[in-house]
Amino acid sequence: MDLSSINPILLLASLMVAATPILLAAIGELVVERAGVLNLGVEGMMITGAVSGFIVAVSTGSPLLGFAGAAFGGAFLGLLFGILTQVLLSNQVATGLALTLFGLGLSALMGQNYIGVKAPSFPDWDIPVLGDIPVIGPIVFQHDPMVYVGLILVAATWWFLHKTRHGLVLRAVGENHDAAHALGYKVIRVRLLAIMFGGACAGLGGAYLSLVRVPQWTEGMTAGAGWIALAIVVFAGWKPWRLLLGAYLFGGVTVLQLNLQAAGVAVPVEYLSMSPYLATIVVLVIMSAGRAPGSLGRIFHASR
Amino acid sequence: MILLEKRPEPSRAWAVATPLLAVLLTMIVGGILFAALGKNPFETIRTIFLDPLFSEFAWYYRPQLLIKGAPLVLIAIGLSFGYRAGIWNIGAEGQYIIGAICGAAVGLALYPMESRFIFPLMVLAGAAGGTLWAMIPGILRVKFGTNEILVSLMLVYVAEQILASMALGAMRNPEGMGFPGSRNLSQYPSAANLELVAGSGMHWGVVAAFIAVIFGYITLSRHIFGFHVRLSGQGPRAAVFAGVNPKRMILICLGISGALAGMAGLFEVSGPAGQISIDFNVGYGFTAIIVAFLGRLHPVGILLAGGLMALTYIGGEIAQSNLGLPGAAIQLLQGMLLFFLLAVDVLTNYRIRLSQRGTV
Repeated sequence: MDLSSINPILLLASLMVAATPILLAAIGELVVERAGVLNLGVEGMMITGAVSGFIVAVSTGSPLLGFAGAAFGGAFLGLLFGILTQVLLSNQVATGLALTLFGLGLSALMGQNYIGVKAPSFPDWDIPVLGDIPVIGPIVFQHDPMVYVGLILVAATWWFLHKTRHGLVLRAVGENHDAAHALGYKVIRVRLLAIMFGGACAGLGGAYLSLVRVPQWTEGMTAGAGWIALAIVVFAGWKPWRLLLGAYLFGGVTVLQLNLQAAGVAVPVEYLSMSPYLATIVVLVIMSAGRAPGSLGRIFHASR
Repeated sequence: MILLEKRPEPSRAWAVATPLLAVLLTMIVGGILFAALGKNPFETIRTIFLDPLFSEFAWYYRPQLLIKGAPLVLIAIGLSFGYRAGIWNIGAEGQYIIGAICGAAVGLALYPMESRFIFPLMVLAGAAGGTLWAMIPGILRVKFGTNEILVSLMLVYVAEQILASMALGAMRNPEGMGFPGSRNLSQYPSAANLELVAGSGMHWGVVAAFIAVIFGYITLSRHIFGFHVRLSGQGPRAAVFAGVNPKRMILICLGISGALAGMAGLFEVSGPAGQISIDFNVGYGFTAIIVAFLGRLHPVGILLAGGLMALTYIGGEIAQSNLGLPGAAIQLLQGMLLFFLLAVDVLTNYRIRLSQRGTV
């Protein structure tokens, strides 16, 4: 065992990369849940995004177009969920599960000819001046653009939810859909848009795995990342900034256990591999105190 | 303009008709999908849904129906209790794995002793293992209010890692020349879950599944506990006034589903799978969720839905080997079935009204 082989700067830098897919998926789900919808299909949307992004990127040679394709794929699956739960008034828990099972099957089918194919490379951005700062430079300012997209999305979501009129409407719909309906807001339209945004974000998160982090397509490659994103939303108490903390905490555990595996610690690999999931459970137990949006998971039906 | 009007009571006729409608829609859209994959849609649908029962090799496939259907029905019956009470255990796959490990551990520890008590002991250990694994989300939910959906699911990934560690380490066959996987339990007479009638596919797991269906039916429709379960789901506050202890209800429902999933795991590992190996589990715990919903959380419905889902597994394998249909297409077909069921379910609870725009 050689713990000195673990470089703390590289560790922190890869922490940001490891946290990004979860952060992207979680910020989308946060908006969905603030609109009062519980979409348990994040895992399904994420893996569909991973495969559709990979296919688009490989066939066009452009990772950016790949990410666009992933967002589209995720949003499309989200739309299916939206139609079922908002228009056909199905149970959100069951539909979310169905979406995950469906997405896993769909992605496996779509990606069967892409196993073993290499993704076009997605270069890191070396931000001039800032990237040259010692220690902080390599940790924060030498990543690929999607890491920053994730951070910008968190900031933008916070601004949208708390500083804009549309954000207020969305929160009103999530807190009490009957009152929002009585005020004349289009509950179903707001929710459908939120669900599609959530799907697009989950798709981006999935594509980050298949295009940047791995970068390959393998069946079931999200390995529960979508569920961890759901857990982080609860951990964050439905607040955008605390999502960052949750995602980095999770990214930290993931990266640390991978580094420990590489360093050859005397703990069997299997027990290290289960640590991110155990950490998620522990975090959920400690932080179950947040207040969920009032109408979360309830079916809205405007009766006359 | 199309309007939905809530029915005062769910329509019984539609409750029976919607699963059939969902199957029909799945066949149609599945057929389009198969055509898009370059297969003959009619031949593929026939291969999946009819060949296992009626082709010239059906004598081989029919027993498979029982072997694949039994774990699905057993797990789904357990899940249906929780789902009716609004307790969402989606980690049956993990409970299934841990049940199999605990049950197999008893068998492996006693090898090569021969006694008629070993197999029953293994079944008990399997049920206990599944129950314990399900108690983790249960106790966390009761003590800390932690979301049982997420915890039970996270534990599936943990269970898979434990399984890998067992197959490669503690439970590896000492005479296996270093290959991963335990001793073959189906070749150890006292621990084997063999067919009760040769060539029928009928093993103890199938018997347990039928018992579970009867037990489930009596409990849900004839016993006060079943009434409390249904009440907890439909009106949690009303249930409290009726004397239901919600915390106990959570633990009992998770316990039942854990025990049945654990037993299903043991029957599988000591019979059809034969040994603890890295991937002996094939996702029955997740497919059972589809079975539970497709069967409308009703024991008899679950029995039929389990049969249908087993049919798609077997038919899917036939289509895979005879027609070259990708295995993922079957997984997609199963997901689609649940989707369509949830979509057409609106007809059970709502009436569709057409009205002129403006008169609303």
